[in-house]
Amino acid sequence: MSWAERWEMIVRWAPMLWDGTLVTLQLVGIAVVVGLFFAIPLGLARASRHWYIRALPYSYIFFFRGTPLLLQLFLVYYGLSQFEVVRDSVLWPYLREPYWCALITMTLHTAAYIAEILRGAIQAVPPGEVEAARALGMSRRQALQHIILPRAIRIGLPAYGNEIILMLKASAVVYTVTLLDIMGVVRTLNARTYQYEMFFLIAGLIYLVITLVFTQLFKLVERWLKVDASRTR
Amino acid sequence: MTIRLSLASVVLGLLLGLLGASAKISSNIALRGAGGFYTSLVRGVPETLWVLMAYYGTTSLMNWLGSHFGNPHLTLSPFAAGTIALGLCFGAYATEVFRGALLSLHPGQREAGLALGMSRLRIFWRITLPQLWRVALPGLGNLYLIMLKDTALVSLISLEEIMRKAQVAANATKEPFTFYFMAALIYLGLTVVIMAALHWFEYRANRGYARTEL
Repeated sequence: MSWAERWEMIVRWAPMLWDGTLVTLQLVGIAVVVGLFFAIPLGLARASRHWYIRALPYSYIFFFRGTPLLLQLFLVYYGLSQFEVVRDSVLWPYLREPYWCALITMTLHTAAYIAEILRGAIQAVPPGEVEAARALGMSRRQALQHIILPRAIRIGLPAYGNEIILMLKASAVVYTVTLLDIMGVVRTLNARTYQYEMFFLIAGLIYLVITLVFTQLFKLVERWLKVDASRTR
Repeated sequence: MTIRLSLASVVLGLLLGLLGASAKISSNIALRGAGGFYTSLVRGVPETLWVLMAYYGTTSLMNWLGSHFGNPHLTLSPFAAGTIALGLCFGAYATEVFRGALLSLHPGQREAGLALGMSRLRIFWRITLPQLWRVALPGLGNLYLIMLKDTALVSLISLEEIMRKAQVAANATKEPFTFYFMAALIYLGLTVVIMAALHWFEYRANRGYARTEL
């Protein structure tokens, strides 16, 4: 196959690859934002002093971090249909759709990881600062809102950025439930054109570019939030 | 099969990681560049893609190689492809762990070895490696746990590991939830066992060292 033919093929399928990129970005974008909202109560409960509050988020996090995303996806997409209760419920139109299943699984998955990041960040807040806030007469709630969380967000932000990249890469498994994300489009084109190496290469490049752009963006956010303000340089 | 695959990948990955880390801290700029290229390339691309690429993307290469050895239908088995892909990914992350650990060793020890007339290989084997192991162990343990879950991706190229078996059983019995959930329990069980083993390894590696307690 000549270079001209290759080029023509890439141009012909470029719109489809672009659509796939959008699907990937959309899934990852929604999952990490909604996952963050789920993760906040989870992470707070996980850092609690009482074991009975810690226990439930602990098991949730243990399950979602201890099993592969692919397995969780199959559990939701294929597994839930085993139960008649689910098939008769109002949620069934959503749980039948690969898109919603992928979104739900990815959100639950990333929430577990983000919760763990948040717990680490909360526990990394210097205890002296918390004690100082309490000594100044702040209530527990105020200390959490004005001291602990703002500090924890800055401590946890770089790890959150890493998590988004990890989710971007992990999202490549959603093609297995027939979604046309980057990987799904590439697999379709593999089957249609019998070209393997070329489209794998293109997919790799797309993921690399997204990763690079994203790391740069996150560096800007970190600078804007002055993440390293407390560090001596 | 899952365990065998993960162990094979870990061996390949540790070798790649050691090589990568040595390249990254070497004084040779070309080696440093190659090490940096390897880690950023591998870590920027999904593991799923590596697995598929190692299996489907190498057929023409393997056929070409095979034609030189009189076997034009040479292809990689799913196991070999999976090992290469997962080893490659493990190696890239292990490079960073080893690099950090290598930098934490005091250069005076290497110099002392040189002064005693030890060869570079001997210094690596007798002085660097035993200490490296201790520092790198927690990081490598985490990577191993992550990789254990990535072995599920090799079911996509039809290697008969836990995930694939669960799929087959789910299709045959029409009880997908039961079997996928059992597979999940197996993964969790393996995680617990590995965590215990790592704990023991770390305990052994840290004999004679004071631990920083918070």
